Amino acid sequence: MVDPFILRALAAGAGIALIAGPLGCFVVWRRMAYFGDSLAHSALLGIALGLLTGISSNLGTVLVCSGFALILLWLQHTRILATDTLLGILAHAALSIGMVALSFAGNQRFDLQSYLFGDILTVRTEELYWIFGGGALVLVLLLKNWLALTLMTIHEDLAKAEGVKTFWVNLMLMLLMTIVVAVSIRIVGILLITSLLAIPAATARQWVQSPEAMAILAAFFGLCAVVGGIFGSAYLDTPTGPSIVTAATIMFAFLFPLSQLLQKYRGIR
Amino acid sequence: MDSLISAKHVCVSRDSQEILKDISLDIAEQDFVTIIGPNGAGKSMLLKCLMGFYPPDSGHVTMRKGLVMGYVPQRLVADPTIPITARRFLTLRRKTDKAGLKHVIEETEVADFLDKPLAVLSGGQLQRILLARALLNSPDLLVLDEPAQNLDITGQLSFYKLLDRVYRERKISVLMVSHDLHLVMSSTRNVICLAQEICCHGEPRDVTKDPEFISLFGTDMAELMASYQHHHFHDDDPHHHLHAHNFTQPHTHLHTGADICEDDHPQGLTGTDEKTAGSGTHKHG
Repeated sequence: MVDPFILRALAAGAGIALIAGPLGCFVVWRRMAYFGDSLAHSALLGIALGLLTGISSNLGTVLVCSGFALILLWLQHTRILATDTLLGILAHAALSIGMVALSFAGNQRFDLQSYLFGDILTVRTEELYWIFGGGALVLVLLLKNWLALTLMTIHEDLAKAEGVKTFWVNLMLMLLMTIVVAVSIRIVGILLITSLLAIPAATARQWVQSPEAMAILAAFFGLCAVVGGIFGSAYLDTPTGPSIVTAATIMFAFLFPLSQLLQKYRGIR
Repeated sequence: MDSLISAKHVCVSRDSQEILKDISLDIAEQDFVTIIGPNGAGKSMLLKCLMGFYPPDSGHVTMRKGLVMGYVPQRLVADPTIPITARRFLTLRRKTDKAGLKHVIEETEVADFLDKPLAVLSGGQLQRILLARALLNSPDLLVLDEPAQNLDITGQLSFYKLLDRVYRERKISVLMVSHDLHLVMSSTRNVICLAQEICCHGEPRDVTKDPEFISLFGTDMAELMASYQHHHFHDDDPHHHLHAHNFTQPHTHLHTGADICEDDHPQGLTGTDEKTAGSGTHKHG
């Protein structure tokens, strides 16, 4: 029989994978991988905030990450520095300030490692509510805005001309990322979140002909990575978060060259 | 007849630089307005202001109630990371009426590459797809921002020919930024020459004689335009004139061009192109 903590881990991982797939497509299409990474770095400050003030660390993360996204939007708007410079500044500033803030909460028991690389096996039932609640919210907003998001990804001005409020949709996408980051920290950790978004979507790319198919296949690959990673880590006694990312990477490493080979083969025929 | 869009004393500045200065214009029903002007003249900004992307710093833009616009951007950089076929791109909207879609597909002659990914389409094919998407809204006004800028000469001819046909058959209004005035002269009813402010406007034949036009584009351009007009506008209504020269103009070098770019234009070239390209030889002669 499977242990209940494994079941909870599977449920948590599946919940994350299902939203990370579709959202990950936009990370790949809109080149937001570095943004996601920076957002995750700033999450540490949110966790510190949670520990210091006693609010839930999920809520703290959502607050700090949203603040991060808004500051970034404003700085981008000034158009004085490039986005990657801004992200480089903000991400590491937030990470450092987070570490400094954590040292003030020093006497509390705090396992930094579990935040950096995740600790899915210790997920509590109450955290599952966060994951499924947040996940459902993300999924609903994503579906509702799917056409607008896809169109503005293809051509921003065209979307504007057709009545899409691109500023607000953009802001919404950033906030969705924030939620996903906040709820996935416990699964794969701050350092690995972006890979959970980007790798399944990138793996799916070569095998599909439509944006919708890519989102669904990415969710499926994410699910496989989570299941494979959890059982792999239980069997081999390896850290779970990195095992999930390793499983995703193995899929990518097999499927990407395979798709290239198939394409070549079809091309020759 | 009230105008579709009307701009009154529109001014726009960005970073303390004046981009548009006191622009007033009206676009009436079945107007074909071409905006020309040097780089940095504020042409794209003017379009965006008229479409309501940005509010002007002063002055105002009014649109007729219920006005439907179709926008054709300068280019679509089809990103290969997004898997999407041309057909899906066209139907990426809340509701697509099947008969309307079929009609637009025939009208813009995109059926041959409809099921290919956007990323493998040529520039000319992408512009047709963009035009098709704009037409799906059944617009009263088509707004085009240098739609043929990135096409080769055959692609440009073919695109403008299509645009001209759409304009005539649908009896809609067209507002276009274009450098290719010589290619759209026969359709254009109104030219606006823009360099931050409107320095001259009117029918093509009048504008090209305007001292402001000559000072902006030089005497060469003015003479070139005059030579087009000599051939295109010697009767009263330029619009009846499109097919008049089909068989009298030389069209040898066009066929060479058409062969090279066959992929781009599977439907081949017909009379109108030959006329336009034929008169293009005056440039050299």
